[in-house]
Amino acid sequence: MNFFLTIVLDGLIQASWLFIVALGLTLVFGVLKILNIAHGSFYALGAYIAATAVTMVAAHGLPPSVGFVAMLVSVALIASAVGLLLERGLLKMFYGRDEVVLLLVTYAVFLILEDATKLIWGVNPIYATQPYELFGNVAFAGLYYVGYDLVLIPTSAAIGFLVWFGLNRTVTGKIVLAVIHNEEMSVSMGVRVNRVYALAFAFGVLLAALAGALTAPKISMQPGLSSDVIILSFAIVVIGGLGSVEGAAVGAVLVGLARAASVHLMPQAELFMIYLIMAAVLMFRPEGLFKRETARRI
Amino acid sequence: MKQGLHPVVMIALVVAATLFGRVLPTWTLSLATVAASNALIALGIVVLARTGNVSFGQGLFYAAGGYGVALIANAWGITDAAAQMIIGAVCSGLLGFVVGPLIARYSGIFFGMLTLALSMVFYGALVKTSALGGSDGFNVGRPSLFGMVFTDPREADFMLYAVSVVTTGLAGIAATILFRSELGLASLAVRENNLRVEYLGISANRVITINFVVAAIFAGASGAFALMAQRHIDPQFAYWTTSGEFVFVAVLAGYQSVAAVFVASLALELVRSFSNLYLPNTWQLVLGVFLLGVILFLPRGIGSLWVRERRKRIEPETAAPVAAEKGVVL
Repeated sequence: MNFFLTIVLDGLIQASWLFIVALGLTLVFGVLKILNIAHGSFYALGAYIAATAVTMVAAHGLPPSVGFVAMLVSVALIASAVGLLLERGLLKMFYGRDEVVLLLVTYAVFLILEDATKLIWGVNPIYATQPYELFGNVAFAGLYYVGYDLVLIPTSAAIGFLVWFGLNRTVTGKIVLAVIHNEEMSVSMGVRVNRVYALAFAFGVLLAALAGALTAPKISMQPGLSSDVIILSFAIVVIGGLGSVEGAAVGAVLVGLARAASVHLMPQAELFMIYLIMAAVLMFRPEGLFKRETARRI
Repeated sequence: MKQGLHPVVMIALVVAATLFGRVLPTWTLSLATVAASNALIALGIVVLARTGNVSFGQGLFYAAGGYGVALIANAWGITDAAAQMIIGAVCSGLLGFVVGPLIARYSGIFFGMLTLALSMVFYGALVKTSALGGSDGFNVGRPSLFGMVFTDPREADFMLYAVSVVTTGLAGIAATILFRSELGLASLAVRENNLRVEYLGISANRVITINFVVAAIFAGASGAFALMAQRHIDPQFAYWTTSGEFVFVAVLAGYQSVAAVFVASLALELVRSFSNLYLPNTWQLVLGVFLLGVILFLPRGIGSLWVRERRKRIEPETAAPVAAEKGVVL
């Protein structure tokens, strides 16, 4: 029973940050119809910026709680700016082209950001562990957990709720939903789709970077981070259905649990399991678990 | 309809390219070998892209070919380069034959995602298989050719260069013939509108599957060359960024010209080695900017630089007779 609980908790901790990344990816796809390969790079960007912020705060002798706040604020500001710049400055030029062309454009952005992070932060691992001890250790059902990890679960749930609330209960959210469902109709009703695009993309980048910042104290930042994360978040959004918020949540929990279960039960199958689930979902229900079928050939 | 070069001219070009390797300095020789081998797999992506589907998981077949060759070569003691190439092509071709029909049902983004997922399944499995060396992979012996063993490294490099250039050249000729065949033209039609193709009585799925298997065979042979050149294999062969590089070559080349694939692959290898030499950690950056530039200014790839004019002239002439022929058949 304890063993089972460990798997579930580990899985939920994994799922919590994965959900935030996947949420950004699925929103960007829903609104802009872009499968953003560079999404993992924004995660890495967030993690690196967070590390810099935490290290700078620590260098001034300030407590880790200040570092924690500083990293969230700096990441939020920089990520939104980067998102807006990219959408207005680059992606805009390719709208109306084939979905696959946009996929390649984001692949180019991924390549550029990959080296940009290497040039700024170097290729050696970077750590930002100070905030990790912020919430102490928690004894839970006879097991010891790092408080920070457990805090991630409600944080992620709160972000998920806020996004759901924003989409379904605010005017801006309703407009975004309208664009997701029928762009042409929204334009004819007077929606400024350009603004919705910019907003959605910047928000997607923000979510990825925020997830990066939140996980930064847990991991070591090094090259290759982005390509690993994007593959996991791809799996999640494909399992849940591209463009679906609920799908991203279910996908994240599934992938998190699958990862945790295989780490504990069958370590050799970890990566394999996740992609197998994804391939299976694509084979039998390519539109994902949580998306209505469309007449379009996919 | 004078479309492109005659096959005999192409064979002469391949022979010339092979002999040219004699005068190349050693470092260019290995670079050209890698370029030829990458051109082969990118050619497969181009073949497939003519149906409108971009495979983001050719690494699956690249790795399948490489591992297949490595295992069989180590088990049976096969060192012959040509035999290894054929083994690689057969291994991946068989895999493509299994995967192809399943995948042909999808198109666009889902096609790309599914191929990527399958290559990552393979990657995940390889990393964790300790019998195959896990993430470190394992080594294989030096290749020979038709019973000749090359002890001089320069001779060995040239042998590999010759085999890969000849293979890639032949594949290029085969692809050109394929492009001009009924199947090749049907592929372009699938790209434009798969429903209309079905109405005309051609199975779009079958067209995609055949092109997919061809791409898989090319990828397997390419994997075999990569294995022979490095004499080492690891799961990185199947990782998605490896596949991404091949897609890059294919996009750079465009889908109109076979020669463009070779030019693109060579250009990529040159850029890579020079930026490695002078600007470490920037070659992906250069690549990304390059890719954006190509998509923006040359949406049909560098092949369009010399193919565009001819196509414009041909299209109105040939469109009518082909349509009439189809009408007679129906």
